[in-house]
Amino acid sequence: MNRNTPLALAFNLIFLLFMLAPLVVVCLVAFTSKGYISLPSDGFSLRWFKAILDNPHFIDAFYLSFYLGVASATIAIGLALPASLAFARYRFAGREVFLAFFLSPLMVPHIVLGVSFLSFLTSVGGYGTFLGLVLCHVIIIMPYALRLVLASVTGMDRSAEKAATSLGASPWVTFRRVTLPMILPGVAGGWVLAFITSFDELTMSVFVASPSTTTLPVRMYQHITETIDPLIASLSAALIFVTMIVMFILDRAYGLDRILVGKGK
Amino acid sequence: MSAPGSHAVSTRPYLLNAPALGLFLALFVAPLLMTFLLSFNTFDMNRGGILDEYSWVNYLEVLGDSYFHEIFLRTLLISLAVTLLCVLLGTPEAYILHRMASPWKSICMLVILGPLLISVVVRTLGWAILIGSNGVINHALIGMGLVDQPIKLMFTNTGMVIALVHVLIPFMVLSVWASLQKLDPRVESAGLSLGATPFVVLRRIVLPQIMPGVLSGSLIVFALTASAFATPSILGGRRLKVVATAAYDEYLGTLNWPLGAAIAMLLLIANVVIIVSYNKYIERRYAQVFK
Repeated sequence: MNRNTPLALAFNLIFLLFMLAPLVVVCLVAFTSKGYISLPSDGFSLRWFKAILDNPHFIDAFYLSFYLGVASATIAIGLALPASLAFARYRFAGREVFLAFFLSPLMVPHIVLGVSFLSFLTSVGGYGTFLGLVLCHVIIIMPYALRLVLASVTGMDRSAEKAATSLGASPWVTFRRVTLPMILPGVAGGWVLAFITSFDELTMSVFVASPSTTTLPVRMYQHITETIDPLIASLSAALIFVTMIVMFILDRAYGLDRILVGKGK
Repeated sequence: MSAPGSHAVSTRPYLLNAPALGLFLALFVAPLLMTFLLSFNTFDMNRGGILDEYSWVNYLEVLGDSYFHEIFLRTLLISLAVTLLCVLLGTPEAYILHRMASPWKSICMLVILGPLLISVVVRTLGWAILIGSNGVINHALIGMGLVDQPIKLMFTNTGMVIALVHVLIPFMVLSVWASLQKLDPRVESAGLSLGATPFVVLRRIVLPQIMPGVLSGSLIVFALTASAFATPSILGGRRLKVVATAAYDEYLGTLNWPLGAAIAMLLLIANVVIIVSYNKYIERRYAQVFK
C-alpha cells in the first residue's frame, strides 16, 4: 500500500549503517594480527581471541557475571511471580502503589543506586560479598521481570484453571500443572531479559564491585579507562557474537520489539 | 480477574507481595534513605572523614560552586542535544520502518533494537575506536585526502553526543513505533483519497497521533542521558565531567562520600521531578489518545 520514497530508503540505509558501525568496527579490529588497534589489513588472525583465554581476570569476571545473572534473574522471577498473581487476580487496597513501587527502580538513575548500595552494603558488612551483589542486581532487574511476567499472567485464559479446580485439583497442583506451564513463555522471556540486564549492568556495579567481586562490564570498563587494545576488542566481539545468537532466539520466540517496549522507562 | 471484590479483605494478595516488598524495603528504600541522610553529613579529611554533624554544607557547595555549575550545565546541554537528535532522527526512522514490507521490516528492527542487548561498554568502545585521533574515521578521512589533521572527536562534547545518540536512539524508535502500531491506516488512506498531499497527511494526520510516542520517547532519552555514566566517562575523559562521573569521582576518587551523596540526590530529585511533571503534562495534553 504505502511505499517509502527513495529518499526515505536512503535515510534508512544511513541510519542502519550508523547503528552497525561501532559494532562492526569492534568485530573487525578483534581479528587484527598487530599489537595495537588497527583494521586487519593483512589477513585475519585469531591471536587476540586466544589471548582472552590466557587472561584469568576476564575469565573470572565472566564466570562471576554469569552466575550473578543466573542468581539475580532467578530470584527476581521468584519474587515477581507471586506479586504478578496478586496484581492480576486481586483488587486490594494499595495495589497501584505496590505496582508503582516495584517499577520505581526504573526512575532512579543507576549512579544513585550505586552510591546508595555502596553505603548500605558497607554499613551492614555486605560489601564484597556475592550475596550483596546479587540482591542489588535483583532490585535493578525486578521491573523488567515483573513487567513480562505480569503481562503473561494478565493475558492468560483462566478456564483451564477452573476446569482443573472443578475436577478436584488442589490449588498447588492447579498452579504447578496448569497455570505455570501456561505462563512459562512469558516467565522465560522475563528471565532472559532480567539476565541480560544484570549481565550488562555497569553503572551501579562499578560502585559495589570489590576486587573479589568484579563483574565483566566493570572489568572491561576499568581496562578501557587504562588502555584500548585489541584484547578488549576481541572480548567485546565475542560478547557481540553471543548476544546476536540470544537475540535471534528471542526475536523468533517473542519478537524483540515486544520484549523491549518500555525497557528504558 | 475472577470475582474481584470477593477477596477484598483477603490477606492473600499481601502475602503474595510480601517477599518482594521485604526485599525492596531493606535494599531499596533503606539505602536511598541512608544516602539522603549521608548527603547532610559533614566531611573533613583532617578530622577523620565523615563526621556526625548535619548541615546543608554539601548542597551549598554544589549549588554555589562554578565548578559544579559547569558540570550540571554540561549535563543539561548534552541531554537536550541528544534528545533533540533522537527525535529528529528516530521519529522518521520509526515511520519508515512502519511503512516497510515484512521481511525487511523485521531485519531493520533487529539491527536497531539489537544493540540494546549489548553492553553499553562494548558500544562505547566501538565509538572510541571509530573516533579516536588514531581511529578508523580519521584514518579514512586522511587516507582519502579530505583532511590534513585528524578531526578531534575523542574527549569532546560532540563525540559524547554522537555516541549517546547511538546508545539511546533505539528507545526513541521503539516508543514512536509503539504509537504507530495504534495508527489506523484507513485514516491515512482517507486523507489521501480526499486530495491531501502525502506531506499534509503526515503533518495533519500521522504526526498528531504519534506525538505521545515522541514525547514519552524523548523523556526516556533525556532521563537516561542525564544519568549516563559509561559513555561520558570513556569518551569524555577526565576533563569533561557530567553529573554521574562527578559523583563517581567524589565517591571513589576524593572519597568525599557526603558530597557525592549530595550530587546523587540532586540528580535523583531532578530526574523524578522531570519525569513526573512531564508525564502529568503528556497525560493532560493527550488525555483523549490514551483512552
